[in-house]
Amino acid sequence: MFTESDRPLFGSMYTDSMPHSSDRPFLIALGLLGGLYVLLVAGLLVADVLHTSPDTFAAALASPPIRSALWLSLLSSSITAILAVWVGVPLAYLLSRSRFPGKWLVELLVDVPVVLPPVVVGLSLLLLFQTTTGRWFERTAFPFTYAVAGVVLAQFTVVTALAVRSLRVTFDTLTPRSEDVALTLGCTRAGAFWRVTLPEARRGIMAAFTLAWARAMGEFGPVLVFAGATRYRTEVLPTTVFLELSTGNLEAAVAVALLLVAVAVAVLVVLRAAGVKAGAS
Amino acid sequence: MISVSGLTIRQGTFALANISFTVPAGGYAVLTGPTGCGKTTVLECVAGLRSPSAGMIQLCDRDVSILPPAGRNVGYVPQDAAIFTHLTVGENLAFALTVRKRPRAEVEARVRELGDQLGLAPLLNRRAVGLSGGEAQRVALGRALAFGPRVLLLDEPLNAVDAATVERLVTVLKEVRTTDRPTVLHVTHSPDEVKGLADIRLSFDGTQIVLTVPPPSGGITFP
Repeated sequence: MFTESDRPLFGSMYTDSMPHSSDRPFLIALGLLGGLYVLLVAGLLVADVLHTSPDTFAAALASPPIRSALWLSLLSSSITAILAVWVGVPLAYLLSRSRFPGKWLVELLVDVPVVLPPVVVGLSLLLLFQTTTGRWFERTAFPFTYAVAGVVLAQFTVVTALAVRSLRVTFDTLTPRSEDVALTLGCTRAGAFWRVTLPEARRGIMAAFTLAWARAMGEFGPVLVFAGATRYRTEVLPTTVFLELSTGNLEAAVAVALLLVAVAVAVLVVLRAAGVKAGAS
Repeated sequence: MISVSGLTIRQGTFALANISFTVPAGGYAVLTGPTGCGKTTVLECVAGLRSPSAGMIQLCDRDVSILPPAGRNVGYVPQDAAIFTHLTVGENLAFALTVRKRPRAEVEARVRELGDQLGLAPLLNRRAVGLSGGEAQRVALGRALAFGPRVLLLDEPLNAVDAATVERLVTVLKEVRTTDRPTVLHVTHSPDEVKGLADIRLSFDGTQIVLTVPPPSGGITFP
């Protein structure tokens, strides 16, 4: 039994009149809308699996051109991911920590490959190496156009932009205070970067590497246009899918697609586990 | 000794002009002022983390105005402690000595000494994540003291900790005064928390730093 003095300060009208509705419909709506997309992705994978048999899959794996494409895919994606992080870390760090004239332009340029259609990236690379400087570079250094190095360059051009974006977020979320303290404790700027910033950013760097690797693995448009699709030379797994499809060999295309999915998923799982472990150790 | 004269800082719309003050050798100065008045900025200038547009900063009778932070030999404890989370507590304490490439035995001995002094001994081998506010501040203080700096700059070290921890940290700071005898500039917005610590009081009135409590006439004595 409530007495007058037990009544809430503002009277009971506010506490009583609020309808006691459930949160469930809202959560169900969220789940349904989001779930549709998750189902779509799961459906894609299931369809791939259903459309192939262990025999076709094994036959695809045993095929020499597909093996060659698999190795080139693994090799080029790994080189690309290393290069993307190698270049992306300094660039993202500079963009995150310093102010300089024309910074907005640099930020804009770095984002260009993200929004550009992949085929246009390939075409632009082709045109770049048709210029006098480009030709001179290919003659004196090494050839990119329709060559293995071209596969890496095409992948690198696109995925570095993504790596920089991801690394920028990493450096933006790390407090510059740690670096300041390291400076007062006797470090140079470079020393503070190596001893403090880089180790503190390791999870973000791992994530950027993972992202770059996975995207490089699936890069198709710029690779096809710039490096071509020569069997045993510049053919990577996405190119194989395209070549097999265009010759009407759907079974082989699906088998290779599934292989691509399996490799990508496996590496993502491994790297994610490694990333989390590196962060928690 | 900390001597700042004619310090002028401009950054965007924020500006401080012609700031001057002196803390005699071994003195413990507390600098108070409202939030956002520029206390931290002044401290960062003394540490060398911010370049003033004019003015001179002398530490221990040496003009350090153009020296980088590493050349100033100041112990700096930032407001958020900024613990190196990828290292253990012990490695945090050892950082300045490791950078100076001191022999391993010397580093280990100093880390143990600091661990005992600051009550961090049980935490030395633990990774420096998930520390309480008071623990983090003690680690930050130990990390700043490890290389025996003659000047100690504290930016609101007692701000984010509970009353019991404040008491403990004040005790630690008193001990540091007695044992290490550095010249201290302690920035805070609540002067009450440093009762019994400070022998000089400086206050920011918005434009200037004014000496409100001068150093004792008999010179700085250590408790």
